[in-house]
Amino acid sequence: MTFKETLTKTLGLAVAVAGLTAVASSAARADEHEQPTPTRQEWTFAGPFGTFDRAQLQRGFKVYKEVCSNCHELHIPIRTLGQTGGPELPEDQVKALAASFTIKDGPNGSGDMFDRPGRPSDYFPAPFPNPEAAATALGAAPPDMSLLAKSRKYERGFPKFIFDALPVPGGMYQELGPDYIYAILHGYEKDEDPNWNAYFPGHKIAMGKPLVDGQVEYTDGTPATLDQYAKDVASFLYWAAEPSLEQRKRIGFRVLAFLFILAGLMYFTKKKIWSNVAH
Amino acid sequence: MHGLSTFEPKNGFVKWLEARLPILSFAHGSFVAYPTPKNLNYWWTFGAILSFMLIAQIITGVVLTMHYTPEATLAFSSVEKIMRDVNWGWLFRYAHANGASMFFLAVYIHMFRGLYYGSYKNPREVLWILGVIIFLLMMATGFMGYVLVWGQMSFWGATVITNLFSAIPIFGNEITTWLWGGYSVDNPTLNRFFALHYLLPFVIFAVVGLHVWALHVTGQNNPDGVEIKDVEKDCVPFTPHATMKDGLGVVVFLLLYCWFIFYVPNYLGDADNYIPANPLKTPPHIVPEWYFLPFYAILRAIPDKLAGVIAMFAAIAVLAFLPWLDKSPVRSAKYRPMYKALFWAFVVVSIGLGYCGAMPAAEPYVTVSRVLSLLYFGFFAILPFLPRWEKTLPVPATIAEAVLAKSGKVEPPKPEPVKAAPAKAPTKSTRLWK
Ligand code: HEC
Ligand code: HEM
Repeated sequence: MTFKETLTKTLGLAVAVAGLTAVASSAARADEHEQPTPTRQEWTFAGPFGTFDRAQLQRGFKVYKEVCSNCHELHIPIRTLGQTGGPELPEDQVKALAASFTIKDGPNGSGDMFDRPGRPSDYFPAPFPNPEAAATALGAAPPDMSLLAKSRKYERGFPKFIFDALPVPGGMYQELGPDYIYAILHGYEKDEDPNWNAYFPGHKIAMGKPLVDGQVEYTDGTPATLDQYAKDVASFLYWAAEPSLEQRKRIGFRVLAFLFILAGLMYFTKKKIWSNVAH
Repeated sequence: MHGLSTFEPKNGFVKWLEARLPILSFAHGSFVAYPTPKNLNYWWTFGAILSFMLIAQIITGVVLTMHYTPEATLAFSSVEKIMRDVNWGWLFRYAHANGASMFFLAVYIHMFRGLYYGSYKNPREVLWILGVIIFLLMMATGFMGYVLVWGQMSFWGATVITNLFSAIPIFGNEITTWLWGGYSVDNPTLNRFFALHYLLPFVIFAVVGLHVWALHVTGQNNPDGVEIKDVEKDCVPFTPHATMKDGLGVVVFLLLYCWFIFYVPNYLGDADNYIPANPLKTPPHIVPEWYFLPFYAILRAIPDKLAGVIAMFAAIAVLAFLPWLDKSPVRSAKYRPMYKALFWAFVVVSIGLGYCGAMPAAEPYVTVSRVLSLLYFGFFAILPFLPRWEKTLPVPATIAEAVLAKSGKVEPPKPEPVKAAPAKAPTKSTRLWK
């Protein structure tokens, strides 16, 4: 057997091993976490030109404020609700909202802590003084929501993970976090066990089903269903985690367009420069 | 290999400066008149791309430092403040984070380029070893930078990697404690990592200086792997030819880089690093950044901790010995059929190791990692023996000839058996760019 034959065989074997590994690994993955992977939803903010739907963010905020905020902290400044690229609440509404919170401040001149009405520059107050207190009350500490939608991903496996980065149909999948939140809110499938969730790792979740149909009142005619709430609150949480998304994609388009044109001009300049050189 | 500089100062100030510090004629000789082989392909633009990335990392890094707080209880939230409150903070942070990945992508391509075209061979051994040193420094910098975020993966990655030093016999635990500045990864660890993460890029900058100096002494290798014989016939002046080509390479690379920054900025990152570090809660899978994965796979492939650590460092160190392991007189894989096949097998093995490194330490990955690790080292083990079996193809005598053969104007060289003498550094007479 020549060296080349040996090598071709080795390579062939390597490819075969890789193939087998891929198959075995998907099997291994399947029984490693038995919870299903969340299904991909349609989001207005997905894709290269995605933007948030203001009304949806405002509804999502309402769901957060009326329901989730009882247990989960959202560590972002209140003023950001009025920023461009977000829910864009009018300034007076933001002020009124901030004032409805009581903030502990101090010490004052005589050394005492005091309560005062909130200002837009304050952060949303946390529902519990510390995570330990929350865990004692609820069985587990609810995660802070400011980055929740960016801090959850799941294994996509080969070859899907490659397309997730690319601008191809069905690709550019960056919304795994919101899909997970949406899935968790739908995952309470066992009536006999309120703490069983299909999508939570290990299925045992300390949070009981937080949302049901009709729980939050919508005034804009949007259906007040669990499905709609889940989408709205997941969108809101994605904005909370990535408030610069709209600006980022808008500028990105201009930058890429500029670079594309520049690359074209440079290509022809280079061609001209090298035209009298054999290379 | 400075060309004979045609730099003639006209302006009075330039003349004055030249008499005191001939920096302008030096720059002219190195980046304008410098003779560049005609036959370089786009794989040769990665040197310029790397230089660009190093500067980009330094600039974005310095700006981030202005807003970052290296203190264990504040680090994570200071990064979030950069993302939310600092003007263009998100841009600087995403550019820096993805910049590290792009830097590594470019350096891997640059190194594989060197491997393929035999750029490490005589007379470029020192140039190559400086490259390996740069690579090691980059790894240290990347690792420590990732810790600065002080998220879950920062903390646990730092814990796993620093713990490796405890495998050292006798002094292992003392060394680890000394690295940590305490009995676990904590605020002192973060502080020193910050200091070093700020320092090392400037060390890299200096070593890149040496790297480029060495390059300019030996001259660039080229896809045909033959030395420059006649500067007039084999080369073009660096400016405008290479400047424009490198510039185009940088802009095309920037397109990719910007795609990551603006459209998929968190794709390469681990979601767990958006959770603040919690020493009491170990994440289910501790995975380093993608560019460490092949080495991480080698580390985990070996059941004994100390042996694993040694194997991991050996996997990098062995690169430095390449100039002496590869005994073939022919440089470029273009004329080495066996080496070419072996090279591609090595690429596949490296990527396979990277894939295994990302997977949990369970079957079948453990076995596959072991096989691939053996193949990885096997590549280096087989190299010295390759010339015994390999029948190399005829190598063109000069770059000019190679270029003409490619454009079809001249017969390819007669298939004489190649017994090319090991390349020598260009002699003085061939050095001058007339
Ligand atoms: C009664 C208190 C409570 C309310 C109200 C509540 N949660 Fe939770 N939530 C928790 C607790 C406690 C956990 C931690 C569960 C665990 O770790 O087992 C949790 C966990 C979660 C998780 C899983 C995070 C993970 O670790 O993967 C999501 C998603 C979530 N909550 C979303 C929401 C949303 C959206 C709302 C509002 C519609 C909400 N929660 C309202 C208490 C609550
Ligand atoms: C910070 C990282 C680095 C920078 C900025 C850098 C920069 C450069 C530049 C500008 C060149 C000349 C242009 C070219 O030929 O592409 C070059 C050549 C070279 N580099 Fe690097 N380099 C880096 C890392 C490395 C590493 C890690 C290695 C290998 C381990 C390496 C090996 C080489 C070799 C062998 C050459 C000569 C190539 C040839 O002419 O064929 N470099 N480098």
